[in-house]
Amino acid sequence: MKLSRERLIQSDGAVSVLVVFLGFLVGTILIALVGKNPLNMYKAILQALSGYNIDNGKMNIRYIAETINYSVPFILCGLSMGFANRVGLFNIGGEGQYIMGMTIAQMVALLGPQVQGLHWVLAILCAIIIGSLWGGLVGVLKAKYEVSEVVSTIMLNYIALYLSRIITLQMPGATTYKTANFPETALITNDFFTKITNYSLLNNGIFMMIIAVIVFWFIMEKTSLGFGMRATGFNKEAARASGIPVVKSIALSMAIAGAFAGLAGGIVALGSFKYGRVLSGMDNYGFDGIAVALVGNSTALGTALAGLLFGMLKNAQALMQSKQIPKEITFIIQGMIVIFIALRSALILYQQYLDKKKLQKEVGVK
Amino acid sequence: MSMILGMLPSVLMIVAPILITAIGGMICEKSGVVNIALEGLMAIGACTTAAAHVLMEMAGVPHTLSLFLALFMGLVVGGLFSIIHAVAAINFNADQTISGTGINLLSTGVTIFASQILFNADRTKEFMMGMQTDALGIYPTAYIAVAVVILSWFLLYKLPFGMHLRACGEHPGAAESVGINVKKMRYFAVLSSGVLAGLAGGCVVLTQTIQYTSNTINGRGFIALAAVSFGRWNPLGVTGAAFLFGTAQAFAIIANNVPALKVLPSEVFNILPYVVTLVALVLFSGKNYAPSAAGQPYEKGAS
Repeated sequence: MKLSRERLIQSDGAVSVLVVFLGFLVGTILIALVGKNPLNMYKAILQALSGYNIDNGKMNIRYIAETINYSVPFILCGLSMGFANRVGLFNIGGEGQYIMGMTIAQMVALLGPQVQGLHWVLAILCAIIIGSLWGGLVGVLKAKYEVSEVVSTIMLNYIALYLSRIITLQMPGATTYKTANFPETALITNDFFTKITNYSLLNNGIFMMIIAVIVFWFIMEKTSLGFGMRATGFNKEAARASGIPVVKSIALSMAIAGAFAGLAGGIVALGSFKYGRVLSGMDNYGFDGIAVALVGNSTALGTALAGLLFGMLKNAQALMQSKQIPKEITFIIQGMIVIFIALRSALILYQQYLDKKKLQKEVGVK
Repeated sequence: MSMILGMLPSVLMIVAPILITAIGGMICEKSGVVNIALEGLMAIGACTTAAAHVLMEMAGVPHTLSLFLALFMGLVVGGLFSIIHAVAAINFNADQTISGTGINLLSTGVTIFASQILFNADRTKEFMMGMQTDALGIYPTAYIAVAVVILSWFLLYKLPFGMHLRACGEHPGAAESVGINVKKMRYFAVLSSGVLAGLAGGCVVLTQTIQYTSNTINGRGFIALAAVSFGRWNPLGVTGAAFLFGTAQAFAIIANNVPALKVLPSEVFNILPYVVTLVALVLFSGKNYAPSAAGQPYEKGAS
């Protein structure tokens, strides 16, 4: 019994399930406290997850497709945060990298060569490149000038937001909130998906996301580059002493992290919208990506699963609102999940306390 | 010149809440705890103040009393939410960036959720009258900010208490060894940052808008955080940084009415504080002014 408890505390996966459960528990209690029916929240979640509307027994596959589509940027931004996290960095800049990717993808979509098969590829590539530059800059500042990545990424998020406005307002047909429509050649919509999912927005971005998850896993677990990065994350000094180029590891990891977030921006720009957006605020995928990576323990598979959870919550928002449940409950659940993750360090203290007790018992101290 | 003088009241209006928050963040980092939740705590304070003020207005509470009580409630609730950060960072040795991020995420949910419950909308109901300016056209928030700066300077540099607090941020082990209670000091510091951020949020709502929406705080807390680093963790520097950033923000708003400034997009002024901070961090790198133990959990007895 005792052994299993210790193993549970030490298992990252089990702790993730626990914090998610606790987050939902707080949300459920809060809904009940304000006099609403928590069951309606779970009905909305069931519908977002399975497409099944329990109230009228109807099934609509579109909801499943939308959940997957929402989860694509969550997963990619989670990979961005997770990749940096494995190297011991805290990438709050996913939002800025995402915004830059989105902005450049929109620009290429509006101004690039309208060649079938080339146009959208170019736009997505540019989004990936600008994302990695935006992230790499943070890495260079950190590695060369010891500028805290927490502060610099927050600054770069806002620089990206306003830069995006300046650039997008110069685009053809720009009004205060949108540009002209993209040409067909720039879109990554998938007619087959659209048809079989009752006109959901699910698009080719899902394939790019799956490739990204595999790339993340491959670099991290299967290459010497990834090994060096993980070593840097575990113990910088030890890594340096064993000949791993720590400065390069840090700069490169931020660049790769930025590439994931930039890709997310490109996919949202070309997949979910048919025109360029003049942002009035942040989309928050980058910030939520922090939570996604934390729940997923910064592994490829964990992040993908956590991203699906967050995509499902986002898709359930509108359904909750229609059932008189304030949709902001999902943000509260997400926030509580992250707070519980921060508090998991208490489990380590608890483990130390147990160990101490055990040792005292063994040596017979009263 | 007269234009700049004419701008002063609006600059002060924008600077005051940023400065109040930044001073809180500075006290917190001086004690060794980094608080990136300032943004979220401001939002919570702003929402509380806006909701309290409009409800009291509807109940017929006299205007000045209502303003005072509303600000006070914002301050208290800001302090209450900062306890989460304190418990995580001080008792449980949690990663301070993660718990701060958690509070920021939570605040967007909690504030709008509360508005949905209280007012059936994704924002608080508009109040009729916020704070009024004095004969010079200056809001009382500016005087509050000045008081906060002077008090914090006196506390940190003129009282033994302040020296003890700073010691906890520089070398908690040494502080503990001479009998300073590191945990207590850090609790005080984190709670001050929560209280001041909550108060500042209320100041934003009562001077710059007529209700709380999800856009009310819009990065002010992060600007305050930048002002702490840019101001090199001392009250005078932080005040200067807050003024620089506040003036840039004021320009972004005013630029639309001044023909000479209209050639530039107003976003250029919005970007300014962030670019300046980033450049300054690079230029001053190498010389580290940050409290040396900031961000690190302190474990009693561990080397």
